[in-house]
This record gives sequence, structure tokens and C-alpha cells, in this order.
Amino acid sequence: MTEALNELGAHISLKRPDCVISYSIANDELTLEVAPTSLVGLAEFLKTDATCRFSTLVDITAIDYPERAARFDVVYHFLSMYQNHRIRLRCAVREEDMVPSIIDVHPSANWFEREVFDMFGILFSGHPDLRRILTDYGFRGYPLRKDFPTTGYTEVRYDEAQKRVVYEPVSLVQEYRQFDFMSPWEGAEYILPGDEKTDGAKG
Amino acid sequence: MASFPPHGKQTGWGYKMMDGNFDDALTGEQKIRNFNINFGPQHPAAHGVLRMVLELDGEIVERADPHIGLLHRGTEKLMESRTYLQNLPYLDRLDYVAPMNQEHAWCMAIEKLTGTVVPRRASLIRVLYSEIGRILNHLLNVTTQAMDVGALTPPLWGFEEREKLMVFYERACGARLHAAYFRPGGVHQDLPPQLIEDIDDWADEFPAVLDDIDGLLTENRIFKQRNADIGIISEDDILDWGFSGVMVRGSGLPWDLRRSQPYECYDEFEFQIPVGKNGDCYDRYLCRMAEMRESLKIIKQACEKLRVEKGDVLARGKLTPPARAEMKTSMEALIHHFKLYTEGFHVPAGEVYAAVEAPKGEFGVYMVSDGSNKPYRAKLRAPGFLHLQAMDYVAKGHQLADVAAIIGTMDVVFGEIDR
Repeated sequence: MTEALNELGAHISLKRPDCVISYSIANDELTLEVAPTSLVGLAEFLKTDATCRFSTLVDITAIDYPERAARFDVVYHFLSMYQNHRIRLRCAVREEDMVPSIIDVHPSANWFEREVFDMFGILFSGHPDLRRILTDYGFRGYPLRKDFPTTGYTEVRYDEAQKRVVYEPVSLVQEYRQFDFMSPWEGAEYILPGDEKTDGAKG
Repeated sequence: MASFPPHGKQTGWGYKMMDGNFDDALTGEQKIRNFNINFGPQHPAAHGVLRMVLELDGEIVERADPHIGLLHRGTEKLMESRTYLQNLPYLDRLDYVAPMNQEHAWCMAIEKLTGTVVPRRASLIRVLYSEIGRILNHLLNVTTQAMDVGALTPPLWGFEEREKLMVFYERACGARLHAAYFRPGGVHQDLPPQLIEDIDDWADEFPAVLDDIDGLLTENRIFKQRNADIGIISEDDILDWGFSGVMVRGSGLPWDLRRSQPYECYDEFEFQIPVGKNGDCYDRYLCRMAEMRESLKIIKQACEKLRVEKGDVLARGKLTPPARAEMKTSMEALIHHFKLYTEGFHVPAGEVYAAVEAPKGEFGVYMVSDGSNKPYRAKLRAPGFLHLQAMDYVAKGHQLADVAAIIGTMDVVFGEIDR
């Protein structure tokens, strides 16, 4: 399995050296690092090349890493029903970058790109209809960014007096709680009260 | 109609003069405009909360614009602040017609990242319940799709069987619907021997019910007229729109993840992959009926194997709780139990995509772990999302009444589409 993927990775990076930055295999899955500019060309190549034939787009999503300069990873999954293998493309983009849309190669990218735009605010150039898709009409903000609070900013309720649904700022009866369950003996980054003396005592 | 019409178009009567006066057909020219209607969100054939804006030319659909997200609950966002185990029940709430199949993908993703090997008995139980889920789903889909095109009896008969299957769910995990039964490393509890016998007995009786539904629908003139040659999908459409599951098999491609990329222990079961010929709604109906019979075969085999195969149903270790009796006597086991259900287990950093052949198609979980006890990012890939996306393409040129048949055959459930 891994060997076949290795061969496939080598094949793609050999044929399209300009597109593939690097490739890696982890958990029996092949991942290609690509630059946003070469996405469309590579998707087209993956679809038509006889050894690849990645003709089905499985998924497009993004991951937010706020601390990085290139904040988002846009991740594409493809499947070949003919060769029976899968591939993942990952491309790092800055917040202000536009990602080329792959609708011309895979029409099914339409809603996925709308969803990524809706959830992360990443713009896709060449998308014919980049509207929000999952969130409410008139929604503001990008919910899956790490700096968006899980509680959101507005809540809705039916107002008996006005006879309609009204939007209000979120009011929580109790602070939204994020427990720190990291155990003191693994993973904790802080020193337990009392433990700060141990090092001094030893020395 | 919502307060703002989509794309600024207005609903109105089809024929209306430019100056706003109605004109007689005989006397003057008419300005004929297309007719926009809202299908849903409270339409019974919308299978949930689908709002679809249809542009009609007479009775012919010119454009379909599904507005989804009315059931959006932010599952993926919620998952980022909960532990892997706490997230498991969210998977039940995606495709609530066959809950355990979704859990399966989640567990497989975690097991892949942690390298956990599931005990054989647990693996068999998973297969058994995945197939029960498949029958649950197909029963609902086939019968309600029939209702959408005018038949009333099939859902009544089908739901009776669904009820029996729900009882099997309940006897395994205590819940009829939101099971939380598949756990990373196995299944939560072992099945009592009597339950396996009862499932086996049910599997003997069920073909008769299938024959009944078959008799109601398969050669029914109205049902055939409403479904045959409606919503034809070609091989190119499948690739363009990323279809999976019955939407693929109905068009003659024998693509099934259980066979082509075997997971769990599906490779040791005997079953066929039914495929259609014409790729229309009627063939997909036949596929689903045949798939139920194939699932029955798997269920029978799984019961047979489960009678012989004894043993633990959880891979004991960091991922899973200690045995109950042990927890009551051993201090370490008690600590482990407490830590597991508060802090949760840690998953090594990395990313993984795990997919199962859910009844509706390929259901996948893309999980990015940063090595902590919570997923850094979890993406749920629902088959219905892609199927519904193609609505505009498939419904174009069909009659308005066919829209209901097409939605039915696409097998959309908004729990998984809106997430």
C-alpha cells in the first residue's frame, strides 16, 4: 500500500515538478503540498493522467492556524474509482490570498468552496456564485476560524410583542466554560502550586 | 415567501403586462415570465428543512437553487472544544436515519491515528449493526420516496420493521436512535446471546415483508410512471458531481467501499453489489431493495460468526475504559476510568481521512489532531451534500412533480448536509 503510494507520489512530482512542492505518506495516505497558483493545473492533471485518474472530488475543507503567516491550509481530497486510490492536496494560503476555484475541472467543488468561504472567509477566484451556504441569511463572521467564539455573537428568539423573530447579542447566564483537563503528569505546561520549590530544594 | 426574494426576483403571476394590467390572450401581446416558487422548508417531500427556490417555465423546472443550512448546528465547531469521546454522540445526530454508520467513521479515524486494533468480536458486532443501519435507512428511503410519488401504504409497512430494528438498537445500547454504541477501540458493551438469536430470527422473517413492499411498488403502474426515466445519471455525471453510494450503483458502476476498500472485516463476508442499468430513479429504487436483501445475508453471517466468536469487545488500553468489575476493585483502574471520562485520551498528532460506505454513500471523517485530547479540526464529509448540490443539474428540464421524486431518490437527510 505504502509502496504504491510512494510510486504514485514520485510519478506525480516527476510529471509536474512545477506544481508539487513536496509529497509525504502518513497513515497510508498520500499528501501533496502544492502552491495555490498551480492548483487548477494539478487538479486537471490528476483527473486526466492515466495512472492517477482522480476523477472524483471527495472533499474540500480548510484548517485555521492563526499563529502562522500563511494562516490557512486548504485541503482537497480526491478519489479514483478506476485506480482505487485516494490523494490529498494541501495548500497554505494567507488570509488575504485568493485561491483559484477548481469548478471548471470538478463542478462538484461549487458547494465545497462556498462552504469554505462561509466558514473561513477564504475567497475563491473564478467561483461563479460565492454566497454563504450553511449560515443564516445576513450572518457575519467566519465561524470555523479559531478566533470566532463557539457561542457566536448573536442569538435569535421569537418576540411576542413584535410578532417576529428578533436578533440579540448573546447573553450567557454563565460564562462559557472551557475546562483544562490536561493532567498534571502529562501535557501540563504550568507548574503545580507547591512544585516550584522542588527544583530549588534539590539545588 | 421570505421577506427578501432570492436574486431580487419576484414571485408573481406568469402572465402580466409590462404596465401591470392583465391582458386578454386574444387581444394583445403577453409578457410571459418564469414563475418562481419556494419548495419548502415545510414541504413534506423536502425530507426535512430544505428550502429550494425553483424557477418554472410552466411546469418545467428551469433552475433549482437549494438553500441549505436551516439545520446548521455548528457540529464541526463544537467538536473542536470537546474531547474525542464527547464528540462521538454528535455523529449520531448527523444522519439520524442510520446513526451507527456515522459513528463507525469517527471511530475508524481515531483508531487509524492511534493504531488501535479492534477485537474480532467487536468488529463483527460493528458489521452487524452497520448492516442493520443500512436496512433502517433503505426502508425509510424507499418507502417515503414512494410516499412522495403518491403511495401511502409502504411507509406504514416499512416503519413497522424499522421499529423492530430500533428495538435491536435499544437492546444493544439502551437508545433507539442516538446510540453512541461504537467506541474507539470496539463497541461499548457486548450483545446478550438472546439478542443475536432474535436478530437472526428477524432476518428470517424480513424477506417476507420485503416481498410485500416489492409487491406494492415494483410493478405498480403509477410508481413506475413516476420513477422510470426520471433523474437519469450517467457515468460522467457521477464523476462531475462526486456521487457515491446508490447514486453510483444505480447507474451500473459497481463501486462500494465495503468491497473496493474493505474496512472492518467486510472482506470475509459473502455478498453481492447490486447495480442498476439505466441510472434513473426506478433503478435506484431496485438497487436499494436488492441491497437490503444483501444486507440480510451479511446479518445472517455475522450472527453465525458471533455465536462462535467470544471474547472482549473493547481493545483494553488507554483509549477504552477498564472492565467494570476491575474498576470497582483496582485503584489504577479507577483512576484510569476517571481520567478517561474527564480528560479523555490523547491522540497522536497527524491527519487522517476515514471513510465508510454509509447507506447514503461515502461518509468520511477528516481529522486533524495536534496531539491533545481534542481534535484540532474535524471535517465531516456527508454524501448527501454532494447529491443535493447536483439538484439543479438533475432536476433541470423535469416536471415540477418530478422534483419530489428526485429529492427522494437522492436520499438527503439534513442532519448530515447542514451539520
